[in-house]
Amino acid sequence: MSTVRLKSLLEDAFPDAAELDVLDRTGGGDHFQVVVTAPSLTGLSLVEQHRRVYEALAAPLADGTIHELRIKTKGAA
Amino acid sequence: MSYGDKIKEVLDGSDVVLFMKGTPQFAMCGNSDRALQALRRAGASVTAVDVLSDPQIRQDLTAISGWPTIPQVFVKGELVGGADIVEELEASGELSETLRSKLGDGYASARDETVASLA
Repeated sequence: MSTVRLKSLLEDAFPDAAELDVLDRTGGGDHFQVVVTAPSLTGLSLVEQHRRVYEALAAPLADGTIHELRIKTKGAA
Repeated sequence: MSYGDKIKEVLDGSDVVLFMKGTPQFAMCGNSDRALQALRRAGASVTAVDVLSDPQIRQDLTAISGWPTIPQVFVKGELVGGADIVEELEASGELSETLRSKLGDGYASARDETVASLA
């Protein structure tokens, strides 16, 4: 899967994002690092923040196109 | 058969539970190992469950936790997170703080590692 498609899923879920990055860690299209900084994450625990990312990427997670996902999230003012 | 009841039993009966791929002696996935190492550095006594022993375990675990990936770390039955969160909490000092507040000051005094079998 391309980073472009993942990024567009995340952009739909976090339209307010101040920072939104998807990195293909191995170049193989299945190990990704995503970075999301968004006001809608402010005040949530890390578990809840990561849950929002998992929800946004539920389809590619469920069908196995994402083999490994690293997540870095932050609230934003 | 469902592992749901057995998973809940382990979560109820152990302070720190790590659902991982492989075992502490032989982790089969880098992320499982990252979570394990962070817990070790924090001095936690870890009860490990190998989700690879049966694919059904992972399915039943995710149904309980609502968390789609492995590893998963629980303290006192509550999901703390996966490898990224555990490492982030370690870096900020919150990991040992959480362990102390949930398990008491002496949580690291008798560090132990066990493997729980769900079979």
